[in-house]
Amino acid sequence: MDIQTIVNQVMEELQKEGQIRNSPIVKESAETKESKVRNINYEKINQVGVEQPANREEIEKVQSITPARIGIGHTGTRMKTKNYLEFRIDHAAAQDAVFKDVSDDLLKELKLPVLFSKSETMDQYLMDLDSGRQLNETSRKWAAENLPKNKQVQIIVSDGLSSTGVEANIKDLLPALVQGLTSKNITIGDPVFIKRSRVWIQDDLASIVNCDCVISLIGERPGLATAKSISAYLIYQPNEDTVEADRTVISNIHEGGVPPVEAGAHLADLIEVILKHKASGVKLAQLK
Amino acid sequence: MFTCTLKNETYQFHSIADVLAKASEEKSGDKMAGIAARSSLERMAAKVVLSEITLKEIYENPVIAYETDEVTRIIYDDLNLFIYKDIANWSVGELRNYILSHGTSTSDLFRISRGLTSEMISAAAKLMSSIDLVMASQKIRPTAHCNTTIGEPGRLAFRCQPNHPIDNPEGILASMKEGLSYGSGDAVIGVNPNNDSVESVSRILHMTHDFIQKWDIPTQNCVLAHVTTQIQALKKGAPIALMFQSLAGTQAANDDFGVSKEIIDEAFQLMATQGTSTGPNQLYFETGQGSEVSLDAHLGIDMQTLEARTYGYARHWKPFMVNNVSGFIGPETIYDGKQVIRADLEDLFMGKMHGLPMGIAPTYTNHMQADQNDQEIAGMLTALAGANFYMGVPGGDDVMLSYQDTSYHDDASLREMLGLRPLREFEIWLVNMGIMENGKLTERAGDLSIFK
Repeated sequence: MDIQTIVNQVMEELQKEGQIRNSPIVKESAETKESKVRNINYEKINQVGVEQPANREEIEKVQSITPARIGIGHTGTRMKTKNYLEFRIDHAAAQDAVFKDVSDDLLKELKLPVLFSKSETMDQYLMDLDSGRQLNETSRKWAAENLPKNKQVQIIVSDGLSSTGVEANIKDLLPALVQGLTSKNITIGDPVFIKRSRVWIQDDLASIVNCDCVISLIGERPGLATAKSISAYLIYQPNEDTVEADRTVISNIHEGGVPPVEAGAHLADLIEVILKHKASGVKLAQLK
Repeated sequence: MFTCTLKNETYQFHSIADVLAKASEEKSGDKMAGIAARSSLERMAAKVVLSEITLKEIYENPVIAYETDEVTRIIYDDLNLFIYKDIANWSVGELRNYILSHGTSTSDLFRISRGLTSEMISAAAKLMSSIDLVMASQKIRPTAHCNTTIGEPGRLAFRCQPNHPIDNPEGILASMKEGLSYGSGDAVIGVNPNNDSVESVSRILHMTHDFIQKWDIPTQNCVLAHVTTQIQALKKGAPIALMFQSLAGTQAANDDFGVSKEIIDEAFQLMATQGTSTGPNQLYFETGQGSEVSLDAHLGIDMQTLEARTYGYARHWKPFMVNNVSGFIGPETIYDGKQVIRADLEDLFMGKMHGLPMGIAPTYTNHMQADQNDQEIAGMLTALAGANFYMGVPGGDDVMLSYQDTSYHDDASLREMLGLRPLREFEIWLVNMGIMENGKLTERAGDLSIFK
């Protein structure tokens, strides 16, 4: 046992004793009981949970390079209480992230026009995929009348399954992407935000604005490690024969994955390649 | 056209596909497709009709035409007609009774398996309850060999799944060591890459291969990129022991996945001549109810039947592992914990009935109504039913794919509660490493820093 572990154990013992001494078990009036608040402040701290590891420093080091739940140790074959609760808390947060909306302030700040899919409620959006894959009639009409046509690239921001992801990344990602494309003399239509939308809605909008390449920046379904991740889906000239494998995907765009600014530059390069080869997805991978 | 009068009400079904769809237990994907039963009694009427339909009727009416669908063609071309003709006059109800009977042995089941189309197997499962599915699944133990032998009685294997959000090699390596230190990794060490490029995939293949060589681990490596990427990596000399691809139950969905018979044939051939493993089983497939409906490629067929057809397609290439991931998509296909548990039990039975070495990933995503408790129930039930393997994910949380799956802890627990051992060769390695003794993890287990 190393010194640190011993010190920790002693400290824990002392704390326990202190609690026992201070606890007014006897003759406590109802009044004081109510006024006593036991405040528990939950904080997630990465700790080595392995008992007597062969190399504690090694575990600490690798814990810092992956968000995966490693080096957590076990009791019997099960997780320790702390890690079990952490997992359940992160799951609860992820569930909540699905049902929040992207804030109007952010959309105003980015000057993104807001279009709508055919999904009228979150429930419809989750259970009826088609409703999130097409623009509603008002939005189609608006797009046809107001968006610039025949540009090389159309950018779409979609809430997808994580409004948190859009809020955390788009402010950095979108300008980086636009700047990257502009510096390559690639023409871009007006970026738009589409509420309650899925990836395939890009085919719908591409047909209206007649672009060569359409890119969707879309909130990924939230994970436990992060609820803030978005993906980019790109496709060259989608049509009725388009299949899923025709799309190129870059996932895990967030601070702990591919950082948004870096992703913007990378996506601009990727679009240049797609335009050059006039293909995306598996077709592009085979051409390269 | 079929009709059934039940409790003074007459129900009509316009085809076998319609009967199959309406006889399914409730699932949100079938509802979204507009093919599910509209009431509980209509579902029962469909089950009654299905129990009377003969295997011959099903054979003569494939749910998707032979001429237009490659999956149907493989299922029919691979069928043993001699065995089929022996049982062609059975009704689906009789087939269910035969499967569950004490008089029917494991080898009897393997034999009729060769004469059953996927639709027949799906039909039988629709007449089975949870315990029916477990009892039947326990009887069927398909085995396969790559570098290790999977599926032997008394043994349970795991895929160590050490994913990292941006494929950081050190991060992958750390999660891999963690998994191995819990005894997970005898099925395969399989990494889902974030970056699907040939260079990046090859890098991970080399890294995992080198680690396996260095520590002399009896297992196989795999990087779960698109099969065409893996083929290119293999042609450029990357070491692959097991090649992966996701499959679906209609040609239209497989087109969406970018796969076909021709491509998988090439993968099969290349692995036989250039793969690093012994074989003969060198492919790893993933499947799951709902992929066709989420790709709008279901052609009006229910999710469970399409899943069965995926197995009929998969068995053509004699895979080492078929992993079922039915909860992976979301609430639009599988709504809640109850539907996941049902799908997992159905899929395990249907896969085994096709003679496939099945594993189950009792997964859930964060936008569906399921949680860890549901997942653990599905894990225990399918382990009881004799699944060959599960995934192993650090702390049950896949930080790249953003979903939950069985943890290294769950893996160790499933083995311990059912008295199951790791795969033979791998158990010897674990004992030599001081990680396991007498089938139980030692004090040394769960410490990734033992790999220096």
